[in-house]
Amino acid sequence: MIIDHPLLGPRDAAEFVYLGDTALLNRPDWQADDAQRQFHDYLYMRENPAGEMRELWYHERGDRSWLVITRNTLTHEITKVELARDVVRAAQKGRTTV
Amino acid sequence: MRYSALRVLKEGLTGNKGWKPAWRDPEPQKNYDFIIVGGGGHGLATAYYLAKTFGQSKIAVLEKGWIGGGNVGRNTTIIRSNYMLPENQPFYEFSMQLWEGLEQEFNYNAMVSQRGILNLFHSDNQRDAFIRRGNAMIMSGADAVLLDQDGVRGMYPFLDFDNARFPIKGGLVQPRGGTVRHDAVAWGYARGADRNGVDILQNCEVTGFQISDGVCTGVETSRGPIGAKKVAVCVAGSSSRVMAKADMRLPIESHVLQAFVSEGLKPVLSGVVTFGAGHFYVSQSDKGGLVFGGDIDGYNSYAQRGNLPVVEDVCEGGMALMPMIGRARLLRMWGGIMDMSLDGSPFIDKTHIGGLYFNGGWCYGGFKATPASGYCYAHLLATGEPHEVATSFRLDRFLNGHMIDEKGQGAQANLH
Repeated sequence: MIIDHPLLGPRDAAEFVYLGDTALLNRPDWQADDAQRQFHDYLYMRENPAGEMRELWYHERGDRSWLVITRNTLTHEITKVELARDVVRAAQKGRTTV
Repeated sequence: MRYSALRVLKEGLTGNKGWKPAWRDPEPQKNYDFIIVGGGGHGLATAYYLAKTFGQSKIAVLEKGWIGGGNVGRNTTIIRSNYMLPENQPFYEFSMQLWEGLEQEFNYNAMVSQRGILNLFHSDNQRDAFIRRGNAMIMSGADAVLLDQDGVRGMYPFLDFDNARFPIKGGLVQPRGGTVRHDAVAWGYARGADRNGVDILQNCEVTGFQISDGVCTGVETSRGPIGAKKVAVCVAGSSSRVMAKADMRLPIESHVLQAFVSEGLKPVLSGVVTFGAGHFYVSQSDKGGLVFGGDIDGYNSYAQRGNLPVVEDVCEGGMALMPMIGRARLLRMWGGIMDMSLDGSPFIDKTHIGGLYFNGGWCYGGFKATPASGYCYAHLLATGEPHEVATSFRLDRFLNGHMIDEKGQGAQANLH
């Protein structure tokens, strides 16, 4: 797979480390009444879709940026690559989850 | 029809006209007592033990494609019981004992070959960890032998013992480990289940579950609705996709694991060898091909094919272990989809929906578990209680803190 890095251009996926679903950016509120259940779901439960998925990749052997990549798990086709910080800032501005 | 040497002789003398298909191709009935979703090794084994050992009837196995076309036909055929944690090891040793009697049990030649598995170590602390593992194995009733470098040289003199970076210091052997003809496991269980009255329904995809008031009463399929008292899902690799139809999320990610076979060679490797300084394992099939593999690709995938960086990584491991492998040509490679659970261990459990059961999360170790997985799942379905060696494979173990993390990697599915 080739990942078209927003700053560096096309890079080999082998330079990246895979973390998983972008939902991992939506950390629950630790003061919530059901925080234990929320953290269980956050840490262990997965959507695991067959099809389009937004996921976090880390450019470890590159500029060490975190990327949000939209990729199809059935075909491995990558349709969108964004800097994770841009995605998070946009979400904070709109007061939504990522 | 029972298979025997006498039968082969008789058929040979009469033109082989008496052989019949090994299992029927029945039409679906309207209702069953048990529906098993997934006609792979585990599903067919479940149906077999449910009918044969636990004496149940009105059982159907529903398979989307053809039986044995998924991971039971895609693995690297290794059996072993060299785990360490007390939640895992007795289960895998039970599986090994079932392997040892399997062919007589279901009257089918599965080519169970206990040719031994050797795990190499390359440092003093790795040796100490293997001693601990070997002791855990022996305590569960399994067999384990620690070899020094000379012992390993006696078995496999061609390994790269004096590798500058990863010298081979010795290894842990499980002599009862080995390989099995994987397709024959599916076919043997299918034939055995069929002979005990199980309906095997191929080209029958489950498209939904009939759930009302928190109780599952049947399934919707591509061949019409079918009612059941108990529905048992057993579709490792596609677990999340199927259970999503029952609005369930699972502690599972799907990942692709690649496997490789070289061209056919003269006998060179008598058993299974695993490299201890990287992820690489190899055995030689009865046809002569070197069968080998390594790590999963590491990203979520349902594609049944992987990418080249892992091919390179696996081949580097092979070259570091036995440099002569570089002279062999790669004949074929393929990928299979693994249920990677969040602690690296499987599930055999009820769900919160009445009458709906789940078996999955086998990571890349499901094949060796096939007999015990089927036996324990059948035990759960027939009695309502987990089998004594499978009490820990619970779906709620992450909530109550009883994870079974054999590798100690934490909640990162692609590291298990």
